[in-house]
Amino acid sequence: MTLDYASQSHYLIALLPEGIVTLGAFAVLLVDVFSRGRDSGPGGPWLERISVLSLLGAVAASLWLGFAVEAEPGLVAVDGFRLSGNLILLGGSLLAVLYAVDYGHREGLHIGEFYALLLLATAGMMVLVGAQDLVLVFLGLELMSIAVYVLTGFNRRDPRSAEAGLKYFLVGAFASAFVLYGIALLYGATGSTNLSEVMGVVTARTAEGSVLLAGGVLLLLIGFAYKIAAVPFHMWTPDAYEGAPTSVTGYMAVGVKAAAFVALLRVFSVQLAPAADFWSGVVWWLAMLTMIVPNLVALVQNNVKRMLAYSSVAHAGYLLVGVAAGTAFGRAASLFYLAAYTLMTLGAFAVVYAVAGKGDRRMTLADFRGLGWRRPALGFALLVFLLSLAGFPPTGGFVGKLFLLRAAIDADQVSLAVTLVLTSLISYYYYFRVVWKMYFEEGAEQAIASPGRAFRFSTAVCTGGVLLLGLLPGPALRAFERAGSEVATSEAIEVPAAATGAPTVGAEAAGSGP
Amino acid sequence: MNAGYLADLALVLSAVLFAIGVGGVLVRRNAIIVFMCVELMLNAVNLSLVTFSRLHGIDGQIIVFFVISVAAAEAAVGLALILAIFRHYETVDLEAFRRLRW
Repeated sequence: MTLDYASQSHYLIALLPEGIVTLGAFAVLLVDVFSRGRDSGPGGPWLERISVLSLLGAVAASLWLGFAVEAEPGLVAVDGFRLSGNLILLGGSLLAVLYAVDYGHREGLHIGEFYALLLLATAGMMVLVGAQDLVLVFLGLELMSIAVYVLTGFNRRDPRSAEAGLKYFLVGAFASAFVLYGIALLYGATGSTNLSEVMGVVTARTAEGSVLLAGGVLLLLIGFAYKIAAVPFHMWTPDAYEGAPTSVTGYMAVGVKAAAFVALLRVFSVQLAPAADFWSGVVWWLAMLTMIVPNLVALVQNNVKRMLAYSSVAHAGYLLVGVAAGTAFGRAASLFYLAAYTLMTLGAFAVVYAVAGKGDRRMTLADFRGLGWRRPALGFALLVFLLSLAGFPPTGGFVGKLFLLRAAIDADQVSLAVTLVLTSLISYYYYFRVVWKMYFEEGAEQAIASPGRAFRFSTAVCTGGVLLLGLLPGPALRAFERAGSEVATSEAIEVPAAATGAPTVGAEAAGSGP
Repeated sequence: MNAGYLADLALVLSAVLFAIGVGGVLVRRNAIIVFMCVELMLNAVNLSLVTFSRLHGIDGQIIVFFVISVAAAEAAVGLALILAIFRHYETVDLEAFRRLRW
């Protein structure tokens, strides 16, 4: 089937996965409203069933779009890159819904809106991932962000949650304004918001308006840097991650970052590749700082949740190496790392959530003493996640870092590769400190409530996935490699430096930039 | 006074307004005023978009409507969050929110 955007109805087909998830969100809200006040409890199991079903439906729709549908260039991309991004995001959301089930039971919170917000945020992320137009980038970003602000402040009884929500909101809205100004300037410089047309104009580069172009690219990059929490735009991250309910923190760290990164790869590494001399130097510095700073700060953290927040900032740095490489393999490596990162980070926050107990109280290092003996399954899962975060074989994190290293070296970014290795070595200290507490120190006998079935299932999936990506990386890598090279670019406009040729420009400029 | 001159003027005004917004966010400590500064930034961008649409056609003005509606949604969520934190702290001074270490 070929989509022809001349007929508007074909946009409905191109946006089928997003539509399914949005309808799911509305269905959850309706069921929630109409079942309130009955004795059988609010919505019962139906809310989570609808959520899971709509996410699975979106997975199916994404697969169908990715394999059976071709499209003309238009506002929405239909390509392997979007398919991979969608699958990573939907996987993360499915796991997050399962964790939310447990969260609702434990806190005794009414969480009908929680599922709806989670689904709306997912829809926003998918729009962001598929956006082939800057206006759509903005709308997806906002749909995602606004839902996540509310999720962050979801636990109204907890002042920490409210505080985190407000801080995240103020910084996030600030960042959105930067993204928007960048879009406005790019529109002013090129006369279009469609990324393919922008790329065409940028390639043909008319000298006038290059100030606007440079300004637009930089402002857009700053806005994205806030969203992915790159140093020095990361100050909100530890607070927002620590204060948010732990089941939300995992989702924030995974979904928001993955969506923003896939969009970043599409917008900068593909469509704005002809303008690489404007941004590659900045990305180089962002990657450098984002690898070094959080890894040093994390060394002195005593709160495990906050330590993991800094660790997730550091991982944004590793992922930026893939962006700085600017090659098709760089994109593939980033996608692979995002998949591994989704599983290991979501899993690690989930274990923290289980240890913290009702009200998210116990999160210091001391609370993890003896965890490996008291709760062997939970301890083993955390061990796998920490090994993967640190980049040890045989885990997905190790293989992902290897691919990122290869991408960096292929693109002659040796300094970034060396920094990646060195900062990973530093990170061993704070990851293994937790492992040491878990297995080699006696714990105070506080009871850790047994988590529910949904929690056990999704943690098992995360653990298995991390190990699988580590032991059998081949199929996933091949899929992501294909996705990384087949990003939709416009053939209507003659672009000499399309997907494959352009990155060398980026690599050279980045090498000489700093 | 020709149209090009007016357009340049409007772009400069928009940049100045945006800068005032950025300055306000960085300097002010009252959550509501910080939020107002963010709104100022968004509206500065709207001014740019309208100006550019004189050069490039109607697209810019359509984007402005998207921005206005998104800003409205953001205002609803933002004020609700400010209300939620006011219930706990009885203040909207950002300096007072120190339960989470910066």
